[in-house]
Amino acid sequence: MGVLEKVPVREQDPAVRATNFEEVCLGYNKEEAMEEASRCIGCKNAACVKGCPVSIDIPGFIGQVKEGNIEEAYKIISEASSLPAVCGRVCPQESQCEGKCIRGLKGDPISIGKLERFVADWAFENDVHPEPPKEKNGKKVAVIGSGPAGVTCAGDLAKLGYDVTVFEALHELGGVLVYGIPEFRLPKERVVRKEIENVKRLGVKFETNVVIGKSVTIDRLMEDEGFEAVFIGSGAGLPKFMGIPGENANGVFSANEYLTRSNLMKAFREESKTPIMRGKKVAVVGGGNVAMDAARTALRLGAEVHIVYRRSEAELPARVEEVHHAKEEGIIFDLLTNPVEILADENGWVCGIKCIKMELGEPDASGRRRPVEVAGSEFVIDVDAVIMSLGTSPNPLISSTTEGLEVNKWKCIVAEEDNGKTTKEGVYAGGDAVTGAATVILAMGAGRAGAKGIHEYLSDK
Amino acid sequence: MYQILEARELASSIYLFVVEAKRCAASCEPGQFVIVRTTEDGERIPLTICDYDRVAGTVTIVVQTIGASTLAMKGLKAGDAFHDFVGPLGKASEFIMEDAEELKKKKILFVAGGLGTAPVYPQVKWLHEKGVDVDVIVGAKTKDMVIMEEEMKAVAGNLYVTTDDGSYGRSGMVTKVIEDLYAEGKKYDVCVAIGPMIMMKFVCLLTKKLDLHTIVSMNPIMVDGTGMCGACRLTVGDEVKFACVDGPEFDGHLVNFDEAMKRQQMYKTVEGRAYLKEKEGDTHHGGCGVCGGDE
Repeated sequence: MGVLEKVPVREQDPAVRATNFEEVCLGYNKEEAMEEASRCIGCKNAACVKGCPVSIDIPGFIGQVKEGNIEEAYKIISEASSLPAVCGRVCPQESQCEGKCIRGLKGDPISIGKLERFVADWAFENDVHPEPPKEKNGKKVAVIGSGPAGVTCAGDLAKLGYDVTVFEALHELGGVLVYGIPEFRLPKERVVRKEIENVKRLGVKFETNVVIGKSVTIDRLMEDEGFEAVFIGSGAGLPKFMGIPGENANGVFSANEYLTRSNLMKAFREESKTPIMRGKKVAVVGGGNVAMDAARTALRLGAEVHIVYRRSEAELPARVEEVHHAKEEGIIFDLLTNPVEILADENGWVCGIKCIKMELGEPDASGRRRPVEVAGSEFVIDVDAVIMSLGTSPNPLISSTTEGLEVNKWKCIVAEEDNGKTTKEGVYAGGDAVTGAATVILAMGAGRAGAKGIHEYLSDK
Repeated sequence: MYQILEARELASSIYLFVVEAKRCAASCEPGQFVIVRTTEDGERIPLTICDYDRVAGTVTIVVQTIGASTLAMKGLKAGDAFHDFVGPLGKASEFIMEDAEELKKKKILFVAGGLGTAPVYPQVKWLHEKGVDVDVIVGAKTKDMVIMEEEMKAVAGNLYVTTDDGSYGRSGMVTKVIEDLYAEGKKYDVCVAIGPMIMMKFVCLLTKKLDLHTIVSMNPIMVDGTGMCGACRLTVGDEVKFACVDGPEFDGHLVNFDEAMKRQQMYKTVEGRAYLKEKEGDTHHGGCGVCGGDE
């Protein structure tokens, strides 16, 4: 194999994995990782680092992998990231670090994500963990939400010596990493739980079953419980629906509901107490990563699955790798197709989805060509379940109960990008609560920025 | 873990638990609900708050053990614990924002059906403590299913108990009692009806005719209870609302009950199968006509 080609990564066979919830990608072993690492040129002014929202010293850690010093590589990654085993799996590397890699100009870029994943998994297996801080400063900081933004912020602050407590609304820690991303992309026990354990080792405390804005407010935390600063990383919010007829029929779910039942409540397992509908033929409406996750989950639960998306393949917002995996597994893509009505039988159950064909017109504000309806092209797909994956709108629980916290016209919390500062003193925010639904790594970047902002604020205080 | 300080059977398959839940007890208000998980692998079950004690840090819930997951609560006793207990969720009843003097001027009627007596109680108690006396109708299938009568009597103005079979109190459905009270010359400014969806539907059909503004508390299927999943969506007027964050209380004359009742059936057969499997082991394979195992 030439130096221009990356070392291929082993994956479960598509026909086999379409019937199980085991991880799709099997990752590199040490030999493969060292071989792939040896392709790295080790650029001085590395472009890949600029492409990384948390600025991991990528040539630094890859240089250690090249020499077989995996523990050293892990230490380098840990300086910048609290969740390397997660990022190695779910980051959109092709548009970030790997997208900037010089090797990519001629040939394949270095498989930075797969190398990161290998290093993090190696550390789990060899009981290597990040080092807790030597000194504590005793200052209390509250973090709302245990998803990627919150956990990153908590980890960074703990390393700086802060006394951090994370409040989580659900019964399980991890936010979108446990309720949103499926097991076959991100194993919960083997990866997410272990990453959270590592953050606990840094001294971070976690309190589950606390809904901020309901169980207690931010003002109460700051006035009565002694928290000097708060970071809000409460996530995306309420699922959107299309507003078309039939959307409340039985068998229409938001992707959030479908995925939460399967991922958080483990409904994909026979013994789970929480039910999930195992459809025979399912339409998933939307083309993002969440739509791919919902589609591949429904497929694994035994359904024939159609992705219904109003633009063409080139505009699919999902990662290329996810679309590729979905196709390999047998997901059917009904592109340039838009639902206009959901049909239900006399008992209120979904029996079909009426769609209209679309064609691409002039580019719209997003720069993507605007889909327009083809008159008279309506047709019906017979389905017994429909999963709506159209994004989310912000949850008002926190903004409506926190005095002085400003939101923008989309109801997202207003926060400065480089330090997470909100309009309320001592309160910082980041992740989907600020940007609307985005990616795990962007939320982590915002968590880091928030930790930096809080550290500056409390150092000056 | 959330310690159970008291556990009592109120009626056949209806249980009351007093649970230590400090944060929830400190901030909950009448009309709100909690989500409870009995065990580490249990289902998330939404339950309305029946009472709370801010000083003791306790919240009281009442459960009817009907599905497999609620059945797991049956054996719990004082000293045991729930694995998870989160709340308060949803919005508080509207009247807690109102001025007590204004409330005293209103004639308020509460209608509680079966287990609905439990969430009605803290509302009536709250109003009683503010010096507002309200009339309460409590309906149950039969004498043995009447719950919390003594507690309710202590806080209600007039209490009218009725049983469907006439075995106790008045005879007939709660709607009949409303009609009778109006026939007796009573008149109300607002009605709060909480109970099974079918009961709330018929109360609303009646109160619409009586031109009586009616608030209902909806209990649809939920998962997270914080607005994230949208399973609990309802049509209210011409809008889609999430019961967990926009409710659970809504203007009953605007709620689409037929749709809500259909949605509540969504997992009936799945739940039925789980229940029978738990009860009878792996022996049940259809024939009962309800579980769908014959298909």
